[in-house]
Amino acid sequence: MTHPVHPVRQGGLRRALRGNPLNLFALALFALLCFAAAFGPLLVPHDPLATDAAAALQPPSARHWFGTDQIGRDLFSRVVVATRLDLLIALGAVSLSLVAGSALGAIIGYWGGVLDTVVSRLVDVLMAFPLFVLAMALVAALGNSVINVVYATAIVNLPFYIRLARSEVRPRRALGYVEAARAGGSGDWRILLRHLIPNIAAPLVIQASVNLGWAVLNAAALSFLGLGVRPPTPEWGIMVAEGARFIASGEWWIVTFPGLALMLAVLAFNLLGDALRDLLDPRLRR
Amino acid sequence: MSRVGLRLLSAIPTLFGVVVVTFLLTRVLPGDPAVFFASNPAMSAADIAAVRETLGLDQPLYQQFLIYLGNLAQGDLGRSIATGQPVAAEFARRLPASAELTCLAFLLAVSVAVPLGLAAALRPGSLVDHAVRLIVTLGVSMPTFVTGLLMIYVFYVLAGVVPEPIGRLDPFLFEPARVTGFLTIDALLAGDRQILAAALHQMLLPAATMALFALAPLTRMTRAAMIATLGSEFIRTARAAGLSRGRIVVVYALRNALLPVVTTMGMVFSYMLGANVLVERVFSWPGIGAFAIDSIVNLDYAPLQGFMLIMAALFIAVNLVVDIVSAIIDPRVGH
Amino acid sequence: MTPLLSIRALSVEFDTSHGTVHALDRLSFDIAPGEILGIIGESGSGKSVTAYAVMGILDRAARITGGEILFRGENLLAMAPRARDAWRGRGAAMVFQNPRTALNPIRTVGDQIADVVARHSGLSRRAVRARVQELLRHVRIPDPERRALAYPFQLSGGLCQRVGIAMALACAPRLLIADEPTTGLDVTTQAAIMELIRERARDSGTAVALITHDLALAAETCDRLVIMHAGHVVEAAPTAAILSRPRHPYTAGLLRSVPSLAGSIAQLQAVPGSLPDLRRADLPPCRFAERCPRRLPRCDAPGPLALEEIAPGHLAACRNLP
Repeated sequence: MTHPVHPVRQGGLRRALRGNPLNLFALALFALLCFAAAFGPLLVPHDPLATDAAAALQPPSARHWFGTDQIGRDLFSRVVVATRLDLLIALGAVSLSLVAGSALGAIIGYWGGVLDTVVSRLVDVLMAFPLFVLAMALVAALGNSVINVVYATAIVNLPFYIRLARSEVRPRRALGYVEAARAGGSGDWRILLRHLIPNIAAPLVIQASVNLGWAVLNAAALSFLGLGVRPPTPEWGIMVAEGARFIASGEWWIVTFPGLALMLAVLAFNLLGDALRDLLDPRLRR
Repeated sequence: MSRVGLRLLSAIPTLFGVVVVTFLLTRVLPGDPAVFFASNPAMSAADIAAVRETLGLDQPLYQQFLIYLGNLAQGDLGRSIATGQPVAAEFARRLPASAELTCLAFLLAVSVAVPLGLAAALRPGSLVDHAVRLIVTLGVSMPTFVTGLLMIYVFYVLAGVVPEPIGRLDPFLFEPARVTGFLTIDALLAGDRQILAAALHQMLLPAATMALFALAPLTRMTRAAMIATLGSEFIRTARAAGLSRGRIVVVYALRNALLPVVTTMGMVFSYMLGANVLVERVFSWPGIGAFAIDSIVNLDYAPLQGFMLIMAALFIAVNLVVDIVSAIIDPRVGH
Repeated sequence: MTPLLSIRALSVEFDTSHGTVHALDRLSFDIAPGEILGIIGESGSGKSVTAYAVMGILDRAARITGGEILFRGENLLAMAPRARDAWRGRGAAMVFQNPRTALNPIRTVGDQIADVVARHSGLSRRAVRARVQELLRHVRIPDPERRALAYPFQLSGGLCQRVGIAMALACAPRLLIADEPTTGLDVTTQAAIMELIRERARDSGTAVALITHDLALAAETCDRLVIMHAGHVVEAAPTAAILSRPRHPYTAGLLRSVPSLAGSIAQLQAVPGSLPDLRRADLPPCRFAERCPRRLPRCDAPGPLALEEIAPGHLAACRNLP
């Protein structure tokens, strides 16, 4: 062919945004979430912990945009303030499994041997449990605290990162640039850190971005069950759990607003994760 | 058949690992279960020690594990501290409730998702395709417990079209004679249409809640697999031979696309096993998930142990079924 | 004699993300009843697109922008979709390249043939099964009872192609389009498959359109040849006429590139250059001009290039014939 079949991709990011209005929506949502997480506590109209028995169970109004809960706390303030905690738990868990899982996966993929067999077997065992059940049991075992929700969410996710990193490193062990580095006198650790890990970063980061939405859901679901975060801390899962008792008597707002916030956060992460995957790895496109 | 046997054998090391992990996890539970009894002020330190002894908690860890393994081999999952009943019996009583709900939800999800994915795949890029993608993306972003509560509000509180979302059956109705533990099947066996309808009615919301979440992966996979299959060479051959469109789509494309869809079904089913816990909590469903939550709260480790084992065993069983179904669909599997 | 199939000024375009491909441009040729016609060209010259257009199985991205395809005088492009479905398999049928992937991997070959028979015949199940056995014997598949129950992956490529031929011939079509039917098969199998196609066609009076890039293979098999280049027919004539006196520079180049037809190795040379990018807006009237050793200024003059009869039954599209 006299003309290039695939013109050089230019402005991929801009095109991805323009091509799909949903992505723009997701980006706006994400910005809103970040803003709420960063400045929410400074800006909310009420103290999220202040109770007011006289104003309990009020429907949304000009004074309380999202209404009040059973002890008169302002739901709008609570929903906004909760953003930081919910996002931090998810981010913390995903970063942990990204770092630990990639490192472990790369190591066993590079060296193979007994360690590889043992870790791979362990991964199989961990994956034999439904994710949420394992997360529940882990929080129960480690102790009922926020940091343990982070650990539990990270651990149940670990197998995916280990497997991915391992399968990405294995075929690269004998590639030209690795051989060249070895011939140039680089040690194994140096090769792993300087040559292999940077080369496998893209799929791992994609995995992490797709994973974030799930991590938000998982953490909120745990606290919905009373694991991890404890009242009166504002957190979406707990707020939904508290509101659950009042749904049958018609006080819909206590469940709906934190639920909606949770849903929008997950939606934003899922959409952005998909967009990032399309952008970085056209092969994985649906 | 020998393949099934081999596959079963290969699951044994994993199953053993599951037993070890379960044991270790529940033994590091921070609370000493014996203290639970000690909350009764009438009990002395000596009484607590006695309880510890009966529970085997005074032995070294490996000894405890061996005892645990031995009991397990006899089908003894221990005794629940909270209810005082053998764990195995508790689960036998509750498992059908969970299984019936999960199966109905699964059927619901499959019977909605496959046609949706099919419709999207037959007209990629069309309005139908975009609508399906939107519904599916929203569905996967809805937290199960929030969807459940909102559905209760809309369908029970506002519309009043479903019974009170508590338990499996209206308390004023009599349960049919227990044969399978599945209320619907037992009602059918008893020939009681009223109970059958009531049980289905009661299951509608929780099943729909679970199904909604499972919709996304199933629809996506059906769509992707159908598009890939419809573009393959043998479809072109079938079209050139003049086969009717319906036959090409159903017999040629759908059956071939089913293989990845079945794998996804296995994944979705195990996903549902986990989501079960949340749905049972929301709908006060007397299943194993709700029981497991109570055990965690009560530091009642034997039921939790049993729950994890049952979940992992079900998970492995589902994967086995997926393998067998795949082999039935595709003669190439295993060759 | 009225032609069995007559393609008249057929144009087909493809929409791709990188522009519109002008795959076929006012393409015309005929196939007479019972004749074996070779359609020759490099890959990308539009041979398969032509076949798919005739069969009505072009994919979604393709658009027929002009012309007609007459089958026994009836325009296929104006046919109702249901009638067209019924016509496929009975009017014309097709054998594909890569026989293994051209068959449904998870359906027994017997069932696949039976689907075609049942669709067009309305026979009873028992009669369909008998007909499948008969077809398998006709394409000389040994042990047909057992082979009918086999899946494509259990058969060799040659056997799969025999199954493909059995499927195509199941309803005695008037026209058989064979698109590179021997690709991916070993040499002896290739010869056997070609022999089978020729023999079945002669026995049933079926016309064959053999699509290939292999001029030697076509010369051996076909009564007449149509030479295609970049979506145009550049020359069409009886095989003997093309071999003895090719008129279009592209045909001449092709002949020189085939060892057995080129006399000596010294003469052997490939046609230089490659097909023009069919997405270009400024495609010259003669799409071979940019590769042509005989190009003159008038070759690039605007206006469509005509396919003209330069001798009885010999057509060529060139403004500078030798």
